[in-house]
Amino acid sequence: MTDQPGLDPTYSDLLNEFPQAVELEARPGFTGVVVLTSALIDVMTYLRDRKGYDYLSSVTAVDDFPEDKLEIVYLLFKTTGGGIIELKVFTQRDEPVVPSITPLYQGAEFQEREVWDLYGVKFTGHPDLRRLLLWEGFSGHPLRKDWKEPFYEEEVKPFKTRWPEGKGVRSENLNPFKDNVQYPRDFDPNTYEPDADRSVYKLLESQIPAETGDFKVDHLVVNIGPQHPSTHGVFRMAALLEGEKVLALKPVIGYLHRNHEKIGERNTFVQNMPFTDRMDYLSSMSNNFGYAITVEKLLGVKPPERAEYLRVMMAELTRIASHTMAIGFLLNDLGAFFTPSLYALEERELILDIFESVAGSRMMCNYFRFGGVVRDIPEETLKSVKKLVEDRLPRKVDDLDRYLTDNEIVRVRCEGIGVLTAEEAIAYSASGPILRASGVPYDIRKVDPYSIYDRLEFDVCYRQHGDVYDRYLVRLDEIRQSLRILKQVINQIPEGPIMTGKVQYMVKVPAGEAYGRVEGPRGELGFYVVSDGKPNPKRYHVRAPSMINTTSLEKMCVGGKIADAVTILGAVDVVLGEVDR
Amino acid sequence: MEANQDLYKPGYEIPEELRQQVTITTLERIYNWGRSNSMWPMMFGLACCAIEMICTAASRYDFSRFGMEVMRPSPRQADVMIVAGTVTKKMLPQIVRLYNQMSLPKYVLAMGACACGGGPFKEGYNVVPGIDTYIPVDVYVTGCPPTPQGLLNGLLTLQKKIKMEQMKETGWYSKEPVVEVPIPILGPDVYDPRKSDLIYTETHKPEVLSTEESTMEGESK
Repeated sequence: MTDQPGLDPTYSDLLNEFPQAVELEARPGFTGVVVLTSALIDVMTYLRDRKGYDYLSSVTAVDDFPEDKLEIVYLLFKTTGGGIIELKVFTQRDEPVVPSITPLYQGAEFQEREVWDLYGVKFTGHPDLRRLLLWEGFSGHPLRKDWKEPFYEEEVKPFKTRWPEGKGVRSENLNPFKDNVQYPRDFDPNTYEPDADRSVYKLLESQIPAETGDFKVDHLVVNIGPQHPSTHGVFRMAALLEGEKVLALKPVIGYLHRNHEKIGERNTFVQNMPFTDRMDYLSSMSNNFGYAITVEKLLGVKPPERAEYLRVMMAELTRIASHTMAIGFLLNDLGAFFTPSLYALEERELILDIFESVAGSRMMCNYFRFGGVVRDIPEETLKSVKKLVEDRLPRKVDDLDRYLTDNEIVRVRCEGIGVLTAEEAIAYSASGPILRASGVPYDIRKVDPYSIYDRLEFDVCYRQHGDVYDRYLVRLDEIRQSLRILKQVINQIPEGPIMTGKVQYMVKVPAGEAYGRVEGPRGELGFYVVSDGKPNPKRYHVRAPSMINTTSLEKMCVGGKIADAVTILGAVDVVLGEVDR
Repeated sequence: MEANQDLYKPGYEIPEELRQQVTITTLERIYNWGRSNSMWPMMFGLACCAIEMICTAASRYDFSRFGMEVMRPSPRQADVMIVAGTVTKKMLPQIVRLYNQMSLPKYVLAMGACACGGGPFKEGYNVVPGIDTYIPVDVYVTGCPPTPQGLLNGLLTLQKKIKMEQMKETGWYSKEPVVEVPIPILGPDVYDPRKSDLIYTETHKPEVLSTEESTMEGESK
């Protein structure tokens, strides 16, 4: 896309400022600039401090095997709105070393750890470069193209054994251990010393303050999770405590790492759609939405009007279901065990009924396709959406508001807890309700509108204090705004087709890259897809808002009480399927 | 109510005047009837299926109708472990440890395609192809995720299973100590200590080819 008239002027500023180190991406279908490794920090500092690119959206890598090249891709935005700036750094595959940008953008911490874990790129200057999703001692870096999983069958799907002959063999029978495992040569299980989380504990113990005075203080390392009722799944926090006070807290994730991206790169483009459902399993329609618009960018297709309205309708219903559930479970964490959740789940069931009638499944909808949606909405269902949106849900939201907002316990436990200032929230790349509760009115539906959001009337909800209470209030406000959007959608939805072109199993996606993002219930849900013209994506990366929001968890919890850590996590509203993928 | 009706039909003749007042049954039957109607599931969700499990507990489906409303986060107090979701290798040691910590009688219900056999994520490098490769499973509920109705059906199936158990065959009154499942270890890949010898022989084979390739060839021949 060189010399395009629509090229962001920042790119030419960059070329002028760093003529030696920066050059435009030359490959057709690709955008952005390529930066020399040595100049990366300077370029980043320039963009952040002089150009206002304060929001690091995503850090990821692409493996160019069989070329001896790994690309590190940085995606930057301004929180005041505007387009994307894309930087790439090339490094060789056998000894990849890149300077860490975590000191500049704290939000890169977990993402760089993820790249180290899955690609083996060493980030010099990173404060804590451990494996993120897998464990210390795991052999290899699995997202590299030449790394093969134990049940490896073929490079890409559809596998020849399964289609068209359909003579699949159980993968277990091909493996010498009859299980999904493989070991390096000369591995001796009898003498092997596992790491057993020593690295986490060592890190925590290194943060014990030196003793001062005669008063002796004991410090205690406590693990909350992975099996704990208030971690919303298999999340673990290893905390260093002094009495009840949290001195340090390290989230340990990866207990639900289901290899979404590795499987995604073996799948064909369409086959990934049902996998996105299972990522953030409380809001599958939003995930579909993000993936669909990303691939549509590559394909250059636009869904018909009716499909756009249906998409927005489903995405907003998802947001309502997800936010009511988040509120219910926040109250769970505060000690109001399960009663508020029952109210939330009651409404969610009604929304799930709608999903079931349009998509055939309650949770895993798999409803979107490239260029439209898979089924039209039945007339009856449209009526029940109308009834739900215009009559029942507004009342129920008011109920929640009335019961909870001025409840004394809720206020005492939530106000002033887990504060994140606007600057911190931006630096940590927080998104969604977390960012907006800190006073940054950044909503992708407004700043970078997709689908038909530019035509719909709604307000961006934001609050100023950045504490747990404000996050709760932002969610409540967003439910009301979603209802407002839904009312417009129901009244304006046109008749017409729901698919552009015909439904294809093997979509031909032209070579190139695309980053598409939607405002999911948890924040900026982005998909970074690279295609090399084959039926399968070359790179399929998900910018998971839950995972990046947990980067700031330590910041929010340190200094507070351990009981508040649970509340803070409840207000971040993580979904582990998305954190770990 | 069905269970109550069973109690009135012990297989003995009850005199007319005592019907509906005295119940004659076997100790075994009343024991199993009581147990099966107070199954306490462990509050333990892994992935997407956990959400459907919560829905099953909530007002619309409400499994407290079958005596299961007391969800316990502690394995010591739980009777049935609902493995709700994808079992990953990183999580596996914890699941096996939780299973070991449950006291007898204990049951395992594998909920969803992933817990039954790996499901859509089976090919993933961090996914265990079914929890039954490590711990015994009593009831499998398929689906991705199973609907709440499906889970309820699975739990009722488990109740049926419990009602068929015989006291003298159950292990929990025996004097022998309970044999624990050895906890898998996270090495270069997860490994089961029970398979150490197999792993050693496979990784120390004298061939030049890697172990995987050599077996693949062996299969095709």
